[in-house]
Amino acid sequence: MYRYDEYDREFVEQRAKQFARQVERRLAGELSEEQFLPLRLMNGLYLQLHAYMLRINVPYGCLNTTQLRKLAHIARVYDKGYGHWTTRQNMQFNWIKLDDMPEILLELASVEMHGIQSSGNCIRNITADEYAGVAADELEDPRVYCELLRQWSSLHPEFSFLPRKFKIAITGARHDRAAVLAHDIGLRLHENDSGESGFEVFVGGGLGRTPFVGKSIRDFVATRDILAYCEAVLRVYNQLGRRDNKFKARIKILVHEMGAAAFAELVEKEYEFIKDGALELAKEEVERIRMHFAPPAYESLPDVSPALESQKAEDTAFATWCKNQLAAHKQPGYAIVNISCTPIGKPPGDIACDQMEALADLADEFNFGELRVTHNQNLVFTDIRKQDLHALWQKLVPLGLSTPNHGLITDTICCPGLDYCALANARSIPLAEKISERFADQERQEEIGEIYLNLSGCINACGHHHVGHIGIVGVDKKNSELYQLMLGGSADENASLGKILGPGFDEDGIVNAVEKVVDTYLEIREEGEKFIDTYRRVGPGPFKENVYRAPA
Amino acid sequence: MPLLKDGKLTDDPFVYVDGDAEIPADRAIIVPLARWKSDRDALRGRSAGLGVRLKSDESPAEIADDLDSLAVVALDFPVFKDGRSYSSARLLRERYGYQGEVRAVGDVGLEQLHFMQRAGFDAFEIDSDDPEKDWQTAQGDVSIWYQPTGDGRPTVAQQRKS
Repeated sequence: MYRYDEYDREFVEQRAKQFARQVERRLAGELSEEQFLPLRLMNGLYLQLHAYMLRINVPYGCLNTTQLRKLAHIARVYDKGYGHWTTRQNMQFNWIKLDDMPEILLELASVEMHGIQSSGNCIRNITADEYAGVAADELEDPRVYCELLRQWSSLHPEFSFLPRKFKIAITGARHDRAAVLAHDIGLRLHENDSGESGFEVFVGGGLGRTPFVGKSIRDFVATRDILAYCEAVLRVYNQLGRRDNKFKARIKILVHEMGAAAFAELVEKEYEFIKDGALELAKEEVERIRMHFAPPAYESLPDVSPALESQKAEDTAFATWCKNQLAAHKQPGYAIVNISCTPIGKPPGDIACDQMEALADLADEFNFGELRVTHNQNLVFTDIRKQDLHALWQKLVPLGLSTPNHGLITDTICCPGLDYCALANARSIPLAEKISERFADQERQEEIGEIYLNLSGCINACGHHHVGHIGIVGVDKKNSELYQLMLGGSADENASLGKILGPGFDEDGIVNAVEKVVDTYLEIREEGEKFIDTYRRVGPGPFKENVYRAPA
Repeated sequence: MPLLKDGKLTDDPFVYVDGDAEIPADRAIIVPLARWKSDRDALRGRSAGLGVRLKSDESPAEIADDLDSLAVVALDFPVFKDGRSYSSARLLRERYGYQGEVRAVGDVGLEQLHFMQRAGFDAFEIDSDDPEKDWQTAQGDVSIWYQPTGDGRPTVAQQRKS
């Protein structure tokens, strides 16, 4: 993965000192709260219901074990012993004291980490396919461009006070695991007809209270021009994005109001001026960065491991885990391993400091000292020898990290909700736990198959409910928590937005409703059909009928 | 408001003429865009210095053809978090090649100085008890930049190469 050089290190240290000074100035009254707020947010510090929340960037989800151990240390010393993986592949601590911030930032800086631009109206952590560099279906490793975009977007002199937050995601694979169509800018690496690599650019996707699927505004931007093209998009947005209403300030509203074609035209005009200029990527810099992502020292192995096959035959629990948690690796004899941080009946995406430390040891032992965070709030070991899978699994079991629910209904995305968040209307974690318990039976989960169930505690949609196959959103109705059910969302290359099925439910009611939706699917599905396929074939009708049918 | 240029407090030779107010005969003035548009010829004929003030939603493209006549373009920050004028400054410098003074006005303080300098501002009406100290603080704050802008400071990528 990318390692800082002296410049990157100096940059982060300067920022840590600068923020310490800004805190002092705020305390001395030299900065108003109105002025301090964007500065605090730009360093990842939110004021939540009960405490400060600190969000730490994990650039495009790549983490090494030194960093993970530091996060464990921060969780233990400065928080309540655990942290939380976010949908931007970041780590969030929910119980931070303002006084500890300067110290925490220095601790983070010592392992090349920080919270810069993890919140605020600026370009946020760039996210990517969690299988980047290793996926069998990958065309090109997107991490090189993630890193170039990370550097370009850090403290950008022109784009640090945007109308609203700005999120960029990149995928380099056929199957989109990075939800690029749900981003302000989504980039899809591919090759044009002459074999040159570049990006298809989508803009104006996003969730929140007005969700949109991103629109393609250019089929191909050569990789060397990608910073210039993004700068053009950002400049148009910075100048024209609405600033009169916070809820209409995202680029998706601008693109929607003026139309994607008109927006694209403005971008093209701007791009004409700046392309082939100072932002054009120099080959040597791209290659310097590419070196950081060179594949680890793989052994040449046969793709089939006889040891693994016999271990699976002997141990059904292990076989189940393999069936659900593994993904195809481009290197023969290796597997990609999904590690669930969403065990049955527990808060999705939480991780304890002891688990972090144990995982760091395992990643050192089995995975070249690195791991990935996914936007589904789980972890990935990218490079496990197939012959080591059983040994790894045996060590994951006692840690509570062997739940075999990847892509199944209990593998929910869930926001912190009313237990933590100042914006939430309803609790989300306890509901996710209840649904998870209802579908705890492994055999039943597998019978149901792939379902992404996403849950948010309010319309701001941090739990990505619009793009869940089943989405749930908490609303506040006459001071009681109410949950709405939506179906048919999807975050992949065929992205779609879920539609509300009907009137909302209380907490028990929504769990029952989800069960009725699932039962309906099992009843009407055709051979080989996933939930989303069935929904797309039949529409909401049969589901609605079953969910809202009066009890006999 | 104190005017900071090149890190030093200086006397501001310009006065603002708002709306339809009478134009003082021999003073250097800064007028709003609307006034510039309506009185362009008369204003051009004056011998004293002339500047135009753009609100954050007014594009510098509006004065791109007039820049030879302007000694100052003042760009407004109605609130700290309104970042439109950063784009305006870069366009003035990098697109239209403007060499005159680009002045930051409005909600302007220490914490924006490093962004503003890099965007092309060279004069600041800064809300501070000690603007020169603020300037020094800002200079010491951040010396690493990843983005190329018109101010020509070496980016990290350029420094790595050298």
